[in-house]
Amino acid sequence: MTISIRSVEKQFGRYPALGGVSLEIAEGELLALLGPSGSGKTTLLRVIAGLEFPDSGQVLFDDQDVTFASAAARRVGFVFQQYALFKHMTVARNIAFGLDVRKGKDKPSKVEITRRVDELLKLVELDGLGGRSPSQLSGGQRQRVALSRALAVQPRVLLLDEPFGALDATVRKSLRKELRRVHDATGVTTIFVTHDQEEALELADRVAILNQGRIEQIGAPHEVHDQPVSPFVCGFVGEANRFEGTAAGGRFTSGPVILAAAGAADGAATAFVRPHDLVLDEAGFSARVARVAVQGPLAHVDAVLADGRRLEVTAARDDAGKFSGEVRLAARKVHVFPAG
Amino acid sequence: MTADTVLAPRKRPVAARPPRRPLFRRRSAIPGFGLTLGVTLTLLSLIVLIPLSAVALKAAQLSPHEFIAVAFSQRALAAYRLTFGAALVAALINGVFGVLTAWALVRYDFPGKGVVNALVDLPFALPTAVAGIALATLYAPNGWIGAYLTPLGVKAAYNPIGVVIALTFIGLPFVVRTLEPVLRDLSADVEEAAASLGASRLATIARVVLPALAPAWMTGFAMAFARGVGEYGSVIFIAGNMPYKSEIAPLLIIIQLEQYEYQAAAAIALVMLAVSFLMLFVINAVQAWARRYS
Repeated sequence: MTISIRSVEKQFGRYPALGGVSLEIAEGELLALLGPSGSGKTTLLRVIAGLEFPDSGQVLFDDQDVTFASAAARRVGFVFQQYALFKHMTVARNIAFGLDVRKGKDKPSKVEITRRVDELLKLVELDGLGGRSPSQLSGGQRQRVALSRALAVQPRVLLLDEPFGALDATVRKSLRKELRRVHDATGVTTIFVTHDQEEALELADRVAILNQGRIEQIGAPHEVHDQPVSPFVCGFVGEANRFEGTAAGGRFTSGPVILAAAGAADGAATAFVRPHDLVLDEAGFSARVARVAVQGPLAHVDAVLADGRRLEVTAARDDAGKFSGEVRLAARKVHVFPAG
Repeated sequence: MTADTVLAPRKRPVAARPPRRPLFRRRSAIPGFGLTLGVTLTLLSLIVLIPLSAVALKAAQLSPHEFIAVAFSQRALAAYRLTFGAALVAALINGVFGVLTAWALVRYDFPGKGVVNALVDLPFALPTAVAGIALATLYAPNGWIGAYLTPLGVKAAYNPIGVVIALTFIGLPFVVRTLEPVLRDLSADVEEAAASLGASRLATIARVVLPALAPAWMTGFAMAFARGVGEYGSVIFIAGNMPYKSEIAPLLIIIQLEQYEYQAAAAIALVMLAVSFLMLFVINAVQAWARRYS
């Protein structure tokens, strides 16, 4: 199912949570809403779910206007950060809930429900745990139950609000892969909210980056990383060294730092350089190496400029030895934005 | 009961285990076990256990025959029926309206909420005799409310209905105050999850909210009921106190005492004690069953 969001606005009191958001989500897509806290990403997700209603704008499922349809009527699957499992029910009853509450001829037979629950338990690799109570499960297992509960109603769209936020790093990683696998197996259009860029870039087909209630950029993970359209995106997605300075005649200058900036408009500007885009170059600006930390195949270098500012360089581990004392650096790639 | 099971020597296969230190010597991360348990047991003995044992001892001075004659006389049986029946009905009424009151207080903001909140606590603080007199005045056939009930053929004072009214007044805060924190902790997530799964509002409340409240509701119900069984001050003013009809068991005990029939009073008290204990025991068992998942 495709979802269209058209100039949606939402205010909480005097605080604008969404300021005119438009977004198209394609059938079967896995989209991440990425942004810092307070950027409106959760509000947007809740508007799509029908748990929150916009002040203006429209939400369309396929071509049907659902802006003010209730959550129950939309047939969406929603997964909460804190799982929101029904504590007084077993795992199987939790998963069956969406089918159990159906009425009349929509309600599947008991046998059918049991079959469906078993199928879902298998899908999330919890076979045999149907009789447990949620309190007997680990956090990761609880979130799997929440996921299969949401999938049980065969939702038209699966919405996840910081689904891995409450879990520790190892479980997060494995659940991330799991979500991708479940998405590929079911083909359901999926939108998830996260503030973890690694999660968004690794998992999603497309990433929408939100800031202060607006979408700053939307695109494939490598697009938002390699071609950021705004200083915010550049600073938020991926690591970046940030310099304030001036651009003039295709050069960006900030104290001792001089960078090639072809095509940048003259005047005050902000430049971003990714740590892995800084390379050793005899023609470059100089910096002093403060510390080299080797991590897996990479070497993270902390360098200090002549004026005391720090910057980060990432190099191949094999080159770690070349970073000592005074070095000269140049940037392979620079993102320059006019200041303001 | 717990103490027994813990103190009982454990029969385990004798493996090469370090010798167990006795329970009271075991080190705990939280100090003060000995002190707090000691104070607790002393206080419970002085305040609860010894007085209650005295009741049993006093009653034991009667021969079995006399005991049955006094404790199970027609008049006593009628009093038990009224006391436990009215307490049960009042607790059930509070069980329904207490949920609504707690719901309104937790879920909504409205003008005068603070006043309503304070009103709920009033039955805790008010001398029960004052409540009884006020209720009797209001609900008497010529009282402000009773005057409107009389034409409808309803008599709300000086009969069992009056007893129920007084016990409802007394028990309300117990249900409201036990439910409030649980209702507040019940996260909106859970209700939203139910809604997103297609449950109607009614289904959400029936299948998700109320079951989550059940253990607390049961606690509140049990406390309101227990309070109702023991209530004396407010009831005697509104009950009319007619033997066999509207005389509660606590009043019967007082009547026996006034006639210097101490053993008879103790016998009736012992029956009430036994029944109350049994009912609280059953309620606790049901509660444990309801909490089996959390």
